[in-house]
This record gives sequence, C-alpha cells and structure tokens, in this order.
Amino acid sequence: MTETVLTPPQHTVPTAFTRAQLDWLPWLEPLAVEALTPRHLASFVDAARAKSPYFRLLARDPDALEARTRTDKDIFYNPDAGLPRAERELAAAATSRFNGCLYCASVHARHAATYSKREADVQRLLDAGVTADLGERWNAIVAASVALTATPSAFGPEHVERLRGAGLDDLAISDVIHAAAFFNWANRLMLSLGEPAATPGP
Amino acid sequence: MAGSDADVIDALVGITPGSALDAIRARRPEARAQAQATYHALFAPEAPSNVTAQERFAVGAFVAGLHGATAIAAAYAARLGESGASAALTEAVDAAVKEAKTHGPYGSYPAGPLSREDTAGPLYRVGAVTRRTLGPRLAPAFEHAHMLVFHPRDAAPPSLRALLDAGWSTTDIVTLSQIVAFLSFQIRVVIGLRTLAGRP
Repeated sequence: MTETVLTPPQHTVPTAFTRAQLDWLPWLEPLAVEALTPRHLASFVDAARAKSPYFRLLARDPDALEARTRTDKDIFYNPDAGLPRAERELAAAATSRFNGCLYCASVHARHAATYSKREADVQRLLDAGVTADLGERWNAIVAASVALTATPSAFGPEHVERLRGAGLDDLAISDVIHAAAFFNWANRLMLSLGEPAATPGP
Repeated sequence: MAGSDADVIDALVGITPGSALDAIRARRPEARAQAQATYHALFAPEAPSNVTAQERFAVGAFVAGLHGATAIAAAYAARLGESGASAALTEAVDAAVKEAKTHGPYGSYPAGPLSREDTAGPLYRVGAVTRRTLGPRLAPAFEHAHMLVFHPRDAAPPSLRALLDAGWSTTDIVTLSQIVAFLSFQIRVVIGLRTLAGRP
C-alpha cells in the first residue's frame, strides 16, 4: 500500500515558530528500514539518517538525495573562510521564516543560536518575523535572504552593497546566496511531503 | 546547458575559467560538483524511472518561467524541445506560465498566532485549453509545482492525492518534488551570483 496518502497519527500541530525540537510526519510512505538496499544506505551519506522518515522517503530517488545532501553539507559545513557558520544558519532560518517552514526554521534557528550565542536575536526573528531589528550585519543578511527567496527574486545590487558595507567579502556573500538558495530547496520538500508535530514535553 | 557534463550553473551565470566567480565557486568544490550531480540525477537520470525526460523538462521550463528567469526558462525550454516535445507542448508550457505567474511566498498557517500573517493568493488550476495539451499527468504536476513555487506553506495531502490519482507513483512524486525544489535553488544561485558579479 505505498501508492496512497498517509494520515499522520494524532498529534499537536505547532502554531508558532519555535527553537524547540519538532517531529516531522510524512504524508507519503517512506521506504521501510528493512527494504533499504546498499544504494539507499549510501544515499543517506550519514548512516544515522536511515532512522528518519523524511530521508527514507527522499531515498526513493537515491541519486537526487545523495547529491542534495552533499550540496547541503558543503554549503553549511565547509570551514574554509567565507561566512561564519552561525550566519549561514541565520540565512537558512530567515529563509524558512519567510517561506513559512516551521520545521526547518526550528532546526536552523537552534543552530544559529548555538553558534552565535545570540539566542534573544534569533528568537526575535522567529517571533517578529524577517523585519525584526537584529543589528545591521544580521539585518543585511536577513534582508538579502528574503529578497532572494521572493518569487520572482527581488535580490539586487543594493543587497550586495549592503552586505559589503556590513563587512562581508565576496566569498561570504556567495555563502549567503547559497544558504538562502539551499533553503528554498529544503523548505519546499519539508512543507510538501509531510507536516511538523510538537513533541511531548519532558 | 548544451552537454550534460558542462556545469549548468556556471553556464547560466556566465562563469569563465580564471574569473573571480570561478575562484569563489572553487572554494566550495563539493557544492559546485554536487549541484551539478543533482541536475544530472533529475534531468538525465541513469536509473530507470517512470518520469520521462519530456515531463522533467516541461516542469523545468514551467518552474523557471514562473520565476520570471527568462534566460534560464529558455534553456530548459530548449532541452524540452530536444527531448522530442511537440511544438504544441512547448507552447502549452508558455501558456501555463502566462496563466499561472504571480508573486510569492503567500499562504496560510495553522490557526493560531501566525494566522495574522496569512496572505491570500491564487490556487492555480490549469486552463481547459492548456490542460488538453499538457495531458492528464502533466496538468496536476503543474498545479502542484505552482503551489511549491509560490505558496509552499499551503501544501496539503489533497494535492498529493491528485498526483497519485493521475498515475504518479509515490516515488515519481518524490522525483517531481525534487525537480521543483532543486530548481528553486538553482535559479536563486544563478540570480545571486549574476548580481554579485554585477550583471543581474
């Protein structure tokens, strides 16, 4: 019965952006753990992802999943100069806030807060939205991410100039572009193949 | 986008060897190579799939058209032609873009404090004439793609049910979703890097 839409079990629907851990419940049948072939397992890149229904669903097209994951990792984890990790995560969180992906925003707001130690600013982005005042450098990164996320794109030379003015070099600006662009990819998968669920408190 | 080996993002941005952007992309070599590998997996897959090349490039041309990215849309439309699509199909894709184009992101949140941010916008249904040429598989795929492009937070099971009813398998829907989502990335990287290079 894989060719059917799944009805998620009873759950609490999150109604606000949060840094808390959320679950994600699929609307389409992920591959069963016992049905995973070596090709599927390789497509996870990280073996632990075999536990995730999201990645087991995407593993139905393993070549696309593996290339997606390797693209993601280099954009966010490559430590060679450019934009600090915290601000790559900020661009991901701002993009997710603007598109309305509560699940993606929760993960990347957590990362942004962890790496920047600016929990209050990250929370303000979640609570007030992408026009929150986070100081000029973060405002410039959020504004650039949001402009690039609009369809059609509203990203222009003025965004590049503002980022340069905030102290970003061209590699760092390219990192903002890639982080925001990547979350336009991730948000659309997360939002359309399943839904977030609040996890029960401790 | 001539051969499947030429880097598509480099070609669409106009990056030449030794240029400043070439050096910047070289600092993130995996992102560059794997974005290209994703393009390859989605538009020239080696594994057998029910999703035809014509369907892939038709969706590609539609999504790029919806983004108002003229040069990128022209590149995907050219590949659609090479995949053996009829002139009628290529014209139907153009017609669908004209019918469907709007501004995003909009959509609704689950009822609660975020409801004040709900933004209304159109739910695209392919017009009768366009639908006849697109056929029963591509028409719901275009409707789904439009939602993903402009109002992804409205995504819900009925749209997936419509695809299943039209003969898209669960695996086909994963591939279709990846095509639309990946293009949402690729198009923004191209626009962003062109702007960074001072030629938006």
